Amino acid sequence: MSSDHLSQTSRVPMFRRIDPAVLIAFGCIVALLLVGSLYSSSFLSPEYLLQQLKVASFLGVIATGMMMVILLGHIDLSVPWVVAVGGMMSTAMAAYGPLGEALAIPFGVLCGVILGLVSGIGVAYLRIPSMIITLAVNAVAQGLMVVHTGGFSPQDAASGAMRYLATGFIIPGVPNAVLVWGVVGAVAVFVLTRTTFGRSIYGIGNQERAAYLSGIDARRAVMLVFATAGGLSAFGGVLLAGYASKAAQAMGDPYLLPAIAAVVLGGTSILGGRGTYLGTVAGVILITLLQSILSVMQMPEAGRQIIYGAVIVAMLLLYGREKLLR
Amino acid sequence: MTEWRYLVNDNRGTLLAIAIFVVMFTIYVSNHPAGLTSNVVTTASNKGVLLAFVAMAQTLVVLTAGIDLSVGMIFVLTNCLASGLVFGTALETTIGVVAVLGAGLGCGALNGLIVIYGRLQPIVTTIATGAVFYGIALALRPVPGGEVNPVLADALTGKLFGFFPASLATLILVVLVVWIPFRRSVLGRAAYAVGSSDQAAYMSGVPIKAGKFAAYALGGLLASIGGLFLTFFTYSGEASAANGNTYTLFAIAAVVLGGVSLYGGVGSAIGAIFGALAFRTIGDLLFVFDLEPLWQPLFQGVVLFAAVCLGSLRLIQVRNRLEYFR
Amino acid sequence: MAPSEPLFRMEGISKRYGGVHALEKAELAVEAGRIHALLGENGAGKSTLIKVMSGVVAPDEGRMTLDGREIAFDSPAAANRAGIVCIFQELSLIPDLSVADNIAISNPPTRFGLIDRRRQRRIAEDALARAGAEDIHPRALVKDLPLSRRQMVEIAKALARDPRILILDEATSALTQADVTRIFDVLKRLRADGLALLYISHRMHEITELADDCTVFRNGRNVATYLAGTKTDNEVVEMMIGREYSHIFPAKPETADMRKPPVLEVRNLSWNDRVKDISFAVRPGEVVGLGGLDGQGQRELLLALFGVLRGVTGDLIIDGKPTTISSPRFAKSERVGMALIPEDRKTEGLMLPMSVRDNLSFATLDRLSRGGIIDTAAEHAKIEEMIRLLAIRTAGTGIPVGALSGGNQQKVVIAKWLMRGPRIILLNDPTRGIDVGTKQEIYQLLRRLADAGDAIIFYSTDYDELIGCCDRVLVLYDGAVKRELIGDGITEHALVASALNIDEGNGGGAMAATVAAGT
Repeated sequence: MSSDHLSQTSRVPMFRRIDPAVLIAFGCIVALLLVGSLYSSSFLSPEYLLQQLKVASFLGVIATGMMMVILLGHIDLSVPWVVAVGGMMSTAMAAYGPLGEALAIPFGVLCGVILGLVSGIGVAYLRIPSMIITLAVNAVAQGLMVVHTGGFSPQDAASGAMRYLATGFIIPGVPNAVLVWGVVGAVAVFVLTRTTFGRSIYGIGNQERAAYLSGIDARRAVMLVFATAGGLSAFGGVLLAGYASKAAQAMGDPYLLPAIAAVVLGGTSILGGRGTYLGTVAGVILITLLQSILSVMQMPEAGRQIIYGAVIVAMLLLYGREKLLR
Repeated sequence: MTEWRYLVNDNRGTLLAIAIFVVMFTIYVSNHPAGLTSNVVTTASNKGVLLAFVAMAQTLVVLTAGIDLSVGMIFVLTNCLASGLVFGTALETTIGVVAVLGAGLGCGALNGLIVIYGRLQPIVTTIATGAVFYGIALALRPVPGGEVNPVLADALTGKLFGFFPASLATLILVVLVVWIPFRRSVLGRAAYAVGSSDQAAYMSGVPIKAGKFAAYALGGLLASIGGLFLTFFTYSGEASAANGNTYTLFAIAAVVLGGVSLYGGVGSAIGAIFGALAFRTIGDLLFVFDLEPLWQPLFQGVVLFAAVCLGSLRLIQVRNRLEYFR
Repeated sequence: MAPSEPLFRMEGISKRYGGVHALEKAELAVEAGRIHALLGENGAGKSTLIKVMSGVVAPDEGRMTLDGREIAFDSPAAANRAGIVCIFQELSLIPDLSVADNIAISNPPTRFGLIDRRRQRRIAEDALARAGAEDIHPRALVKDLPLSRRQMVEIAKALARDPRILILDEATSALTQADVTRIFDVLKRLRADGLALLYISHRMHEITELADDCTVFRNGRNVATYLAGTKTDNEVVEMMIGREYSHIFPAKPETADMRKPPVLEVRNLSWNDRVKDISFAVRPGEVVGLGGLDGQGQRELLLALFGVLRGVTGDLIIDGKPTTISSPRFAKSERVGMALIPEDRKTEGLMLPMSVRDNLSFATLDRLSRGGIIDTAAEHAKIEEMIRLLAIRTAGTGIPVGALSGGNQQKVVIAKWLMRGPRIILLNDPTRGIDVGTKQEIYQLLRRLADAGDAIIFYSTDYDELIGCCDRVLVLYDGAVKRELIGDGITEHALVASALNIDEGNGGGAMAATVAAGT
């Protein structure tokens, strides 16, 4: 299995030779749909499936950034409060008249980019373990937002554009959020497979020394990936704020674990260098369906958490193990 | 004379943490309206030991060059467990305490087993098991509540001989019974050795797996002592994800402040304890200076961020750029 | 030889790595109470032999006997238990633990289940005293000690295990002269105590002083065993070289064109005590070799040129213009046009899980893209061209490069750089661990590149290669250029002798020019 698995990082990975992990993930999606349809016949209806895709698209945007970070062999634990920053800053900006309305989305994303940049500088130039620096950035972001909101639920409302992006329909029947994810995903696939930057990401994730000795500016690439991931997390927050019409404290908390899980379950190696966006798509849908089914089955939050954790560990044990020391 | 020099050199990080704490605490007490009274010290101690226990737990794992992002959740889980077990007759209470400690040990051992024999990355493993632990906590305590043996709780959160905080005495006892023996044992040395250089540890025939396992398992035990104390303070259990995440994060901050290297092999739990006490005092300083409590999370985030960045000063010494890329 | 059965005997030991024989039917007998020296060139099989002996590597075939009984080791710990302790070149000390902790690490004294620090301290002091290193404090942390002190701790650690057979692999390489003297006294005392000692060193005078028996290795076999003092240095060098020439090299041009201005000139280059005041110039069309024993600063010199090292002093002149190269990115730019074939292709040259195609184009993507978007047609064309040029045998460009043979992997590393058309090519031991056929292709390629006007700096641990490929060879010793050999002066004898820093004299016809550093 491993040699097939390894070949996936080539130029056009998506449909040439499908990663077994991706196949497993898609297999699980089909299985979940079948199980779900036993509970309720509406499970296979287009309306339900589109609704699931819509819910998945928020996670999908956030997981896109997480995937790029994980491809480098790093991890981004600042997702919870960077998502909240995106939601809170965009709604706050939206309160400043028409200009604020217009700038709300870019401003929210920009705040996320800045936070991601801080993490990226820490990881790339100060060589701080990504897990630690992103935790610290998460704490700082939380502190800033607590000061900003005074500790209460922010009262600012989302701008019209944000609401339209998250809940409207350009194409009848297809939620805009799904289109947004589609665009983000398409750009991500293009960047990962067709650009020098994408190739650098895989190269650094596989062997940072070799990438550096090949004359790649490895540190700048790492920094930019973190900035991108910060921006995408914040954009996810913007969409969520648009969906709910306002931002909320701890709105990002439920997205950290599912984002990592989606990426890892989609076959991206947690050690970096290996993985396809198709896999991440599968992982995101899988996680969303799992959540949906658990809620249809009226599984309480407790059970959901336990099942998440157990599923991730089980899947990792299947294909994410480190090599032996000797 | 030279013996002293080596003693200081070996414990530089710990001594620095003690110094930071003494300075912070002096500022705190001298600005406290009540001054240095037994009550002030007991309150400070009660707040501090919670974090101190969790920080000790994190230290053990960090010494092996690993990380346990589930310590906060073990803390929360054992808090919920204690609120349902530790009451009734003396015998029932004792059995309850043993069960809670056993549960903590089991959680840590589970982490250790997955990391060592499953060969998974500690970060992802403990994020996932953290979700499981939290799920169990939530299943046990869907809403905050429960009870605890009030006699025991009051005894351990009150004062010994009318002036000495009992919580502090317990902390010292735990250091003597758990930490010192571990530090002096063959397993403890193995944990240090594997964290410092796993290759050299292998070449030297050190019991690598047993040392790592002991570190993870004892880490779980220490976190459960923290959970037990939380129950004694609050007289109840609460499955709060925010609480768990905060303690995980603050424990890392305490470990870094306490001079424990996140790269493994350097530091001591005693340093981490003082790191925890200092970190708590820093938070309380805002209170005595009448600053908005709203600023506290940001302040703590910035302290954490600064502590993490300090570690990268060693990069100045790197003269072969290949060493940046591991 | 003693008439009775020796303490330890190895018979018919073979070990292969891939297609390469590291050891072929090697024999060795070690006697108690004697110091046995192992001699041989780099890669002659000495290191593999002692790895087999100390349980680090399992032999493919052959048998070992201790006290006449057959034994086998499955780990270093097992060999230690049998009384065989090895002091390896790469240190096995744990940096964050104290000297005493390290000395007692494999078997610390315990009391009530806890480590008895007082007894451990006594053990450590005792071992340090036996090693003649009383100046090292048992409480000092290993990471705070300089390299020479660490080496002494390593020796003390070995002595603390009460070995019957002690193996020292280049154990004196980092020591000061005073330490060497002390260690020699210790070793002689151990010999008197009845230990068997196996001593590997490239320093001939040390072997002359210490050894009772000597065994010379060449190409994975023991070619001669003799009593110390019965052969001259020259005879020993002859034995180490042998008479076999297994490589075929392309013809060198009659004379390098000395009128062309140098493309690369280095003046007084120094770095961190590892590279000392090196000066030289390379002209277009020249292949300049770096010789000497492994680890004399050759690797660091190449890394310094390629912009990897910080704090390099001295001047670097490219095309007559002073230039500072601060990163590989700048080194490969149009202005410099440099390429480095790194030492370890698995971690520094390639991304093994990535495809052949991705690896080949990785260093050239800046030229194969516009606005950051890769021109896949141009990429494809270039890749096909390089695969044809170097005759890389691969089942397709989409398979992971890790699936290729070692030789073809190395070709990919070279091709990935040739794709840029560099003017200055640095090679760090590029033929290590690859098959003879590919080696020859690489030699031909180097000469073709030089004829086309490239300047080549070629470090090799294989003396035959230096002789066969290079127009000039700089022999490094302890970070400095000790001698420069030119043209017909590049003989195996001259290379070996100057690498070992043996005084020039009856050099067997070597026309070696001694070059003072800095001219």
